[in-house]
Amino acid sequence: MTIEEREKEIVEEFSMLSDWMDRYSLLIELGNDLTDFEEEHRSNQNLIEGCQSKVWLYAWEKDGLIYFMADSDAIIVKGIVALLIRVLNGRTPDEILEAPLAFVDAIGLKEHLSPTRSNGLVAMIKQMRMYALAYKTKLAR
Amino acid sequence: MNFPIDEIRKDFPILSRPVNGRPLVYFDNGATAQTPRQVVEAMDRVYYEYNSNIHRGIHTLSNLSTEAFEAAREKVRDFINAAESRQIIFTRGTTEAINLVAHSFGAAFMQPGDALVVSEMEHHSNIVPWQLLAERMQLELKVLPVLDNGELDLAALPALLDERTRLLAITHISNVLGTINPVKDIVALAHSKGVKVLIDGAQAIHHTKVDVAALDCDFYVFSGHKMYGPTGTGVLYGKVELLEAMPPWQGGGEMIQQVRFSGSTYNELPYKFEAGTPDYVGVVGLGAAVDYLQQLGMAEIAAYEKELFAYAVERLEGLGDLIFYGRAAQRGSLLSFLPEGIHPFDTGTLLDKMGIAVRTGHHCAQPLMDRFGIPGTVRASFGLYNTKSEVDALAEGLLKVRQLFA
Repeated sequence: MTIEEREKEIVEEFSMLSDWMDRYSLLIELGNDLTDFEEEHRSNQNLIEGCQSKVWLYAWEKDGLIYFMADSDAIIVKGIVALLIRVLNGRTPDEILEAPLAFVDAIGLKEHLSPTRSNGLVAMIKQMRMYALAYKTKLAR
Repeated sequence: MNFPIDEIRKDFPILSRPVNGRPLVYFDNGATAQTPRQVVEAMDRVYYEYNSNIHRGIHTLSNLSTEAFEAAREKVRDFINAAESRQIIFTRGTTEAINLVAHSFGAAFMQPGDALVVSEMEHHSNIVPWQLLAERMQLELKVLPVLDNGELDLAALPALLDERTRLLAITHISNVLGTINPVKDIVALAHSKGVKVLIDGAQAIHHTKVDVAALDCDFYVFSGHKMYGPTGTGVLYGKVELLEAMPPWQGGGEMIQQVRFSGSTYNELPYKFEAGTPDYVGVVGLGAAVDYLQQLGMAEIAAYEKELFAYAVERLEGLGDLIFYGRAAQRGSLLSFLPEGIHPFDTGTLLDKMGIAVRTGHHCAQPLMDRFGIPGTVRASFGLYNTKSEVDALAEGLLKVRQLFA
């Protein structure tokens, strides 16, 4: 499934939920289900500190594809983190660098990606792309 | 009680707007209060009818503008019962007022090796300017601890006020815990040890009658935007002998008497501390905010808010699953809490969806968060236009948050 297809899939899942409470309910569920973060990676080096909430992000490369592992202390943030990982996991660096991530807006969560929310999400996406760029440079050698 | 809440709410047009499809419930007054028509209209009149720079021209508009600006100073003087209007210095806000004192009091009265005291419950604005001063002048910054119930550990204060200590900077009402500090007693104690006192009144000035003469404090600072006035305005009150002895902070127009390249002489109080064109339009708005509060009556406002606060405590405690921070015997104006097991960001985000504005996070008081070992709280802070039915909306909103997490 391409990034675009994955994004479309998420938009469809959310479009079935008309009420904001149902959408946030789903986000909370997604956040609660994101449990695979390995404690050894919960270091200050992997910490993205927002004013409001914290995000931990770890990335690795295997066979030219990038994988992410992330966590947050706020569940709604964690739910959005889970969606971002679902879209960007197992992609090539170029795919990650060019991913539109328009689904966040399409499912009505754009406000959470505003820098003023300072929940760590904007910095997290930037960091994901930085990892992609770093691995791209490394793989090109 | 003579407090026409329905009429009062009409003075604040923003209160009738919807947010996320719901009626706005504004409980973030501790960050900024909404502005009544009377204040906005006063500023409109400046722009539309007599806008002109102050203290400059001999022309009619400049005189009108200057009169309005100085009339606002007089209103503020009367509002806090200062002896003279030259003790009222206009600043951009509480933060700037504290920075001014940190700079100029430090320069006039402190030597390397001296000490300053702040409390553990201070807003960053009443910590960092003193840290900067302490670094610059090699001073010691000492901290008065906070007890588990959110009160100051006053038993620890006398020892902190030793012969090296020059100034105690302390908040009147905590912006996180709602604790109302016994500032009058604190000032008396500090003075008995020869220590000057600055009171951060940002969270107090609009909730209670502040009388700087009765408090006998050396400095009292507050912001316009938290007292229903415009943003970018604030006040430093100081004792004349201290202000006279303190050197200017910023240089520029207005604050000078004579400028020569061989050296300049400075204007008298309060102009010595008001460099450059002040926000005279905002200051006129601030004067209108003072009028607004005076007309309602500070005693009436305090009585209304006290009842609202008691209702909020009862209603939110009744929910059963909130952990409250700050249980001082004397407290008011805000409630800080955490729903058990739910992050403040999540709580605030979901309440916002219901049109309820609260503050979440560390409230610019990280040392206090560290003291209680929490990342932040949810804070509902009340204003004179809030109602019991809004408190009900918050309680119901919190129940919904709980349901979403169930």
